[in-house]
Amino acid sequence: MNRLTELYRLMRRIRAFEDAAEIASQGGVAAWGLAAAAKPALVRGPLHLSTGQEAVAAGVCLNLVREDLLTSTHRGHGHTLAKGADPTKMMCELFGRASGYNKGKGGSMHIADFSVGMLGANGVVAAGIPIATGAAHALKIRKQPHIVACFFGDGAANRGPFLEGLNWAQVFKLPILFVCEDNRISATTPTGPMTAGEGVSARAQALAIPSIKVDGNDVEAVDAASKQLTAEIRAGGGPRFLHAVTYRFKGHVSVDPGTYRDPVEVAAALKLDPLIVARGKLLKQGISATAIDAIDTEAKDEIERALAVAEAAPWPDVASAYEDILDTGAGVWQ
Amino acid sequence: MSTMSYAQAACLALQEVMRADANVVALGEDLGRGGVFGQYRGLPQEFGPERIIDTPISEANIMGAAVGMALAGLRPVVEMRVIDFALCAMDEIINQAAKNRYMFGGQGRVPLVARMPIGIWSASAAQHSQSLEAWFAHMPGLVVVTPATPQDNYGLLKSSLASGDPVIYMEHKELWGVEGEVTAGVEVPLGKANVLCEGSDLTIVTWSRGVGVALEALSTKAFKGIRPEIIDLRTLWPWDRDAVFKSVAKTGRLLVVHEAVQVAGFGAEVAASAAEATGCKVRRLGSPRIPVGYAQVLENEARLSPAKIVAAAEALLKQ
Repeated sequence: MNRLTELYRLMRRIRAFEDAAEIASQGGVAAWGLAAAAKPALVRGPLHLSTGQEAVAAGVCLNLVREDLLTSTHRGHGHTLAKGADPTKMMCELFGRASGYNKGKGGSMHIADFSVGMLGANGVVAAGIPIATGAAHALKIRKQPHIVACFFGDGAANRGPFLEGLNWAQVFKLPILFVCEDNRISATTPTGPMTAGEGVSARAQALAIPSIKVDGNDVEAVDAASKQLTAEIRAGGGPRFLHAVTYRFKGHVSVDPGTYRDPVEVAAALKLDPLIVARGKLLKQGISATAIDAIDTEAKDEIERALAVAEAAPWPDVASAYEDILDTGAGVWQ
Repeated sequence: MSTMSYAQAACLALQEVMRADANVVALGEDLGRGGVFGQYRGLPQEFGPERIIDTPISEANIMGAAVGMALAGLRPVVEMRVIDFALCAMDEIINQAAKNRYMFGGQGRVPLVARMPIGIWSASAAQHSQSLEAWFAHMPGLVVVTPATPQDNYGLLKSSLASGDPVIYMEHKELWGVEGEVTAGVEVPLGKANVLCEGSDLTIVTWSRGVGVALEALSTKAFKGIRPEIIDLRTLWPWDRDAVFKSVAKTGRLLVVHEAVQVAGFGAEVAASAAEATGCKVRRLGSPRIPVGYAQVLENEARLSPAKIVAAAEALLKQ
């Protein structure tokens, strides 16, 4: 399989997973003036979709190996899949089942697969940054030849841990790739008018962290920049920064219709769908439409099977509410 | 057995653990010079800057990095300098360190010890004098330790480092120079109280700096014929319910003493639990709900004293 086909396939799997989760979440959360459905949705909690942003997850993570580590955001399904997690165990977690990655204790917002180095989505903006720097610090102290990819959004650049973490990574010359997945909106507020100066790359450069800005909807561009930056980090160059500009197709959460955005802006952005862009390039490379359609079908079928497994999966045992907390003093809850 | 200070005892404990386990590191501000209270003295020379890590003034990142380090195989000791500064790292403590194991379904653990010195010390006023143990005792996912003596600071620090859990470790700043006998190798288990003296009239439960003040009241015969049983709780979560309930079953009266603000303090939890379990009479002694003031007369209002403990004990005996 050529590189672009591999990237496309990964993006398509992410899209299929999130499209299915989105449908399964309708009515799950009472928000934006909508009531929760009478019958509980299969995905009950907030579901933050990265639909439209898949090129960033795919383009970065295809440059990582299993032993590399990754921290993510509340919008983390794509990063998790791209790092190698099993979509069935992910879907089970979104459905709150015992066979999910977190035994039904985390849901979408805390999706994680530590076994592939994916150290967790996070419900707090910018909270992954200090954790990622610590993980990178540990890799350096333990002389392990791996790196950390730290994903965060454009909103995170306005929180304190962004400065603390970037400064720390540079002071200790840590093996970490900071990835600002810039979808240009902080929850429901455009990030631009909320952000002073020349943008996140300028902030990284102020700390002398080399930075590359790319079209985050062009998976080949993300891949090429990530290839260069990860190679520099692996060579001992210290931290690097990738600013990938993309667009969030959906609302802040799946039940948010996103009506606060200019429909003209949304329509224009949809035309730059990273999957459409990549498909066009594949056709130009001589890959047949039939072959590409087969990739799409394969991704959908995989997620259909995940949905079926998740819906039939058992709920957590109530006793598990008292497990995985502390060993010290376990058994006393009052 | 040798005589050493509360700070030296912690140093010895950390030195022993760092010699035995290459994955133990310490990180925080000013550690390269042995820490602002000398509680890391000598360790930078022995273990070097890679394991005794001097950090920027970045409390959020210090604590968050420790979480990441723990997930990636290290066993970090975090120095927050004073607990007041740990407030700059509350997301990292509460939402990250305390929640990680549970919300990720047990995929990882966060073995770290976060040292956050508490208490009134050297006219340090409102932002360097707080005792916030109740905040952390409230929080599922954290162990809370409050050593009162050099031996306990040695033994509890070793037990905390061995526990594999996120531990909030609160040394009291006024105790750093206090000297006592320390027997190396004696580990003090977490969750076990220390009955310091037996008595039949009432039970006094206290911890940290409160222990010394209660013992001072006893040694100066300030109790005037009252025979208290004095218990050092040592660990606030998990706390030794059995030891406290056993004592109050005998005395029928419980006075809880702490330097922290009395309102919603951990003393309320101990008193309510003991009353529920045994029907004993209870009383609390803590600071009034005022910030700690700078001038001595103002600071004294927030301080414990033997006289305040005796007055509270006498009031309890009249209940």
